[in-house]
Amino acid sequence: MKVLVAVKRVVDAYVKIRVASDGSGVETANTKMSMNPFDEIALEAAIRLVESGQASEVIAVSIGPDAVQEQLRTALAMGAQRAIHIDASADLEPLTVAKTLQALCARETPDLVILGKQAIDDDSNQTGQMLGALQGWGQATSVSALEFTQGKAVATREIDGGLERLAVTLPGIISVDLRLNDPRHPKLPDIMKAKRAPIEALTLSDLGITANQRLEVLEVREPPTRTPGVRVDSVSELIEKLRNEAGVMP
Amino acid sequence: MSILIYAEHDAGQLSSATRSAITCAQALDGPIDMVVCASDCASVATEAAQIAGIRQVFTAQANHLATQPPEGVAWVLESLAANYDYVLAGATSHGKNIFPRLAARLDVQQISDISGVIDAQTFVRPIYAGNALATVRSHDAQRVITVRATAFEPIATGGGDASISPIEPGSDSALVEHLGMQLSGGEGPELTTADIVISGGRGVGSQENFALVKRVADRLSAAVGASRAAVDAGYITNDYQVGQTGKMVAPKLYLAVGISGAIQHMAGMRESQVIAAINTDPEAPIFEVADYGLVQDLMGALQELDGILAESPTPIGESA
Repeated sequence: MKVLVAVKRVVDAYVKIRVASDGSGVETANTKMSMNPFDEIALEAAIRLVESGQASEVIAVSIGPDAVQEQLRTALAMGAQRAIHIDASADLEPLTVAKTLQALCARETPDLVILGKQAIDDDSNQTGQMLGALQGWGQATSVSALEFTQGKAVATREIDGGLERLAVTLPGIISVDLRLNDPRHPKLPDIMKAKRAPIEALTLSDLGITANQRLEVLEVREPPTRTPGVRVDSVSELIEKLRNEAGVMP
Repeated sequence: MSILIYAEHDAGQLSSATRSAITCAQALDGPIDMVVCASDCASVATEAAQIAGIRQVFTAQANHLATQPPEGVAWVLESLAANYDYVLAGATSHGKNIFPRLAARLDVQQISDISGVIDAQTFVRPIYAGNALATVRSHDAQRVITVRATAFEPIATGGGDASISPIEPGSDSALVEHLGMQLSGGEGPELTTADIVISGGRGVGSQENFALVKRVADRLSAAVGASRAAVDAGYITNDYQVGQTGKMVAPKLYLAVGISGAIQHMAGMRESQVIAAINTDPEAPIFEVADYGLVQDLMGALQELDGILAESPTPIGESA
């Protein structure tokens, strides 16, 4: 089984983002960038499949400017067998990403594509489902447990208010949620080895993809700030305020 | 301009998020139709048809649509989409699961999780877990949109008399087999829809102490949440985690107990109507967003809270 995992370079989850004062977007210069945390979980799941003998190869792909090679080196250090960099601008829309992955699937013919359920920058939660539709494959999104039996991916999904279990015919799409695993930290020798490992290079035009913008970002601004409220002196005062002033406690 | 809304249902009832999507659609100014996909559409379709302002309700009834699978529902939506300028759903686990498939089939760049409508093609949506708001303009001819439920008041049933018409439900894609559901009933309300959420952080100190958080939550019919620090410390499992990589909540009351207020945590609860915080550290960042703050020893405060609520419990039939 050949597994494709897409990884996105995003502002690190622990960095407090800064909105550009001209409203043009979120500052990424001089900001710590990392692999999208959900993509790390996707990669960990794929690597474990190789380690347990269920998969033969994990291919990590990232689409973006040269800087995304940093995340591909992380992917190689974690245990991906191959890395592919598809050169593109940093702000591709999910539909373009899905079409690019579709074209890559035609070249690489993976049996399984594992993706993060969403990127923590634009929070779209679209790419996996879009790729599923473009490929005519079944999907299981927000997966928190995964096993393989009789050529199917048996996935537990996190849904509003509980869990759902599905058996997805392969080839298929899995998008992963937080609970699936704890991604490993690559070891130093593996990090050193990954620095010298080859990264295959492609461009969008190699894959016949044109990046066109359908959803124009007009402005990015800070959300309305909450102002600090009052300090209370006791639990009974807190309850009294919540019941009678705010009216939010029965 | 005409609008199609996916009538998501839950245990045979129209979901609250769908009702919020209808309120959002009213800002788009066009006739609103709805489509129900289920193995038995009758009760949900009747409920939808009775909402004021709905023109028509379509029903796609088939066994393979019982669990609202994305492959099957997207097929039904696609079969109707040519007649509409907008297709909307609540940004719930169903909406998020289904709509990108529809968007890709229509070759439309979906607009996820909108929290505001500026004009016919311009919308506001939170990015970076709500730490920034983007105003976006769609240049597609059709618009596929999911709606953030907490940003729009759900519309009530009543005053409507839409016609109900069956449509072709399609057939099972056979790509995915549904093996079962496990709903987290019995352990209090669901975290993302509860009116009150009580979350514990690292300050709670132990798994045993979390039982007290749960007891207080039970007394208020509240859901229990946790910070990542509490999850990492092993006090509680990560399905309770509120924050950027956990669950996003916006209850009427969010009570943070022993939570310092890391950025990732605040990203998941900042839209709560009222935030109250109890923490031993007067400098904790959580106090910068709390409407009510109490600096006190946590376990003492929780025991006191538990005691007061036990003495003056929720009056029957009354809720927050």
